[in-house]
Amino acid sequence: MDAIILQILNGLDKGSAYALIALGLTLIFGTLGVVNFAHGALFMIGAFCAVTLSKILNLSFETVDASQTDFLGNPLKVKTPYVMEWFGPETGAAIIDWSVPLAILFSIPIMVAFGFIMERGLIKHFYKREHADQILVTFGLAIVLQEVVKYFFGANPIPTGAPDVFKGSFDFGVMLGFDPNAIIYPYWRLVYFGFSALVIGGVFAFLQFTTFGMVVRAGMADRETVGLLGINIDRRFTIMFGIAAAVAGVAGVMYAPINSPNYHMGMDFLVLSFVVVVVGGMGSLPGAVLAGFLLGILESFASMNFVKELIPGIDQIIIYVVAIIILLTRPRGLMGRKGVMEE
Amino acid sequence: MSKTNMTRRGVLKTGAIAGAGVALPTIFTASSAAAYTNEPTGSSVTLGFNVPQTGPYADEGADELRAYQLAVEHLNGEGDGGMMNTFSSKELQGNGILGKKVEFVTGDTQTKSDAARASAKSMIEKDGAVMITGGSSSGVAIAVQGLCQEAGVIFMAGLTHSNDTTGKDKKANGFRHFFNGYMSGAALAPVLQNLYGSDRNAYHLTADYTWGWTQEESIKAATEALGWNTVNAVKTPLAATDFSSYIAPVLNSGADVLVLNHYGGNMVNSLTNAVQFGLRDKVVNGKNFEIVVPLYSRLMAKGAGENVKGIHGSTNWHWSLQDDASKAFVKSFGTKYGFPPSQAAHTVYCQTLLYADAATRAGTFNPCGIAEALEGFEFDGLGNGPTLYRAEDHQCFKDVLVVRGKENPTSEFDLLEVVEVTPAAQVTYAPDHPMFAGGALGECNPGA
Repeated sequence: MDAIILQILNGLDKGSAYALIALGLTLIFGTLGVVNFAHGALFMIGAFCAVTLSKILNLSFETVDASQTDFLGNPLKVKTPYVMEWFGPETGAAIIDWSVPLAILFSIPIMVAFGFIMERGLIKHFYKREHADQILVTFGLAIVLQEVVKYFFGANPIPTGAPDVFKGSFDFGVMLGFDPNAIIYPYWRLVYFGFSALVIGGVFAFLQFTTFGMVVRAGMADRETVGLLGINIDRRFTIMFGIAAAVAGVAGVMYAPINSPNYHMGMDFLVLSFVVVVVGGMGSLPGAVLAGFLLGILESFASMNFVKELIPGIDQIIIYVVAIIILLTRPRGLMGRKGVMEE
Repeated sequence: MSKTNMTRRGVLKTGAIAGAGVALPTIFTASSAAAYTNEPTGSSVTLGFNVPQTGPYADEGADELRAYQLAVEHLNGEGDGGMMNTFSSKELQGNGILGKKVEFVTGDTQTKSDAARASAKSMIEKDGAVMITGGSSSGVAIAVQGLCQEAGVIFMAGLTHSNDTTGKDKKANGFRHFFNGYMSGAALAPVLQNLYGSDRNAYHLTADYTWGWTQEESIKAATEALGWNTVNAVKTPLAATDFSSYIAPVLNSGADVLVLNHYGGNMVNSLTNAVQFGLRDKVVNGKNFEIVVPLYSRLMAKGAGENVKGIHGSTNWHWSLQDDASKAFVKSFGTKYGFPPSQAAHTVYCQTLLYADAATRAGTFNPCGIAEALEGFEFDGLGNGPTLYRAEDHQCFKDVLVVRGKENPTSEFDLLEVVEVTPAAQVTYAPDHPMFAGGALGECNPGA
């Protein structure tokens, strides 16, 4: 029982990342009808916003410490971050420590602007083209983006830690009456899950309870009619692209402490996120979220030792097996709308 | 207006004569002059540096390339000479190799076997490379080694740690300076016993490919010989990025040591996840829970940040060593590039010098002559103490370093500290050791 709860918890944080990326993908597909293969790259750029802010906050001046030497035997140049000089060592250290949460604020305008530029500069030229063309151009863009990031940040992962207060783990099992060490869960993963729930709730509330959201939903259902009513639906959809980019971006920012960001991380999530969208139902926002968590949890279960002993290699294929089963039994996906991606 | 009488037979005849004419000089050169593949005939010799320039190991590949460029400079008599000044063999004079200026071409392995073979093939066939070297993965090393054997050129392996490279997949044309999984186990085991005792329960997470399998086998054998019990050994997909679902069950398994047979991004993520799950803060079976990373790389350790602190592993070489050779190499590399070299840079620099020295001693670039010069060659002054290139399997036997993640680093390079230098004798094994069984060196192939 404790092992099952443990894997559900593990699935929740993985599922959170899938759900957030899939939510953005679905928003873009539902509004603009574009299959955006660069969405994983947006997640990666979000994580690198956290890396960049951390690097900015760590910008330092050098002082020579003659009592120590560097690797060549020269006097050691000791680096002191400017923020520590400006705000004092304690406040400065606290600001650096909280660089990941601060990066959320830093990343939102960057990601929205990035989304606008991407949509206006490239994607809009492909609205009337085949889905295959859209996939090719966005996939190409993803490769360009990841190579640009690699050029500036290198190929190795860059450690970007959570604030000290969220480091480490807590014994969830003891709270539920299990033996100590039965269910251990890191604080930051819990924060990630809570944050994802907040963002997902925020996006749904925005679409559900604002006039802007209502128009967008109407546009998703029938773009032509909304346009005929004199509403500039294109502009709203561009804004939605920016919002979807920001959702992927903040998902990336908060993921940075879980696994050190590297230029390739977007691709690692992209394919799985597409499967999530297809399983959830193309164009269905609740479907994307539901499928994200469902597949995250199933993936965790499949990596349990006794399951792997039963079916070797299942942890690598489980998501695709589930996708095949769901698409065979329910081709529209779990919550897919009728008529979407159907001739 | 002139009229030409072109017939089908006429065109064929002319074509055949012209073709034979064009082919004639090549036929003569091939049969009379070239005794081996890509015999250098001009004033220069071309070496092929096959390293990952793209993909996840690109930073390690870039460091290898820096070391190769430094080695080429030193061989051609430029720079401060680096480890050529400390190398026990004094054949190299800084006038290239056998009087020929050293030039090089580079290929991108992408850390993919097929891409690595294609780039090596291109360097051999199009660029006339007489030797191929480099790489940052055992899968790639084994694939390229096989290709070099067929093509008739020497392969001086880069960073490859699988037992199989000089075990069941060894080849007469292939040579490895880097250490291997067995040596990591043999070096680490006594240190682990001193630190953590003989009554431990180990849980292995292993990257699911040749290197991971042989390292798991080696570490299991070495620790079980101490009296440790292996609770479980779980294979993880090479493409895995999040290891939480593999790490979460560890604490509840009764294990009190986690062995991470991971490298590169896998190591960074699995170690980060293990520390996140608070494994190192736990007490299991009345003992502090410990994590071991058998193969450490400073470049990779950087990615895991402060999570490496206090964690033990092994490495082929480290820039903080204080012998004359290591200091000369660090000075040479550090002055040119502004940071200390990695173990990958060190091993490929050594391999280039060793190849050049062997060619000089043999008086030829013929792979069979070079192989003969390298087999059984004993040397010193390249940063690892007295070293033997064993004839039976083309594996170097030298001291192995046991290192620990440093608690208080003074710089971004100062991540590991050397805990123990394990003498070569302690990591030496018989050529027919079961972990290296199967396969044979075969005959050296000069190609042509």
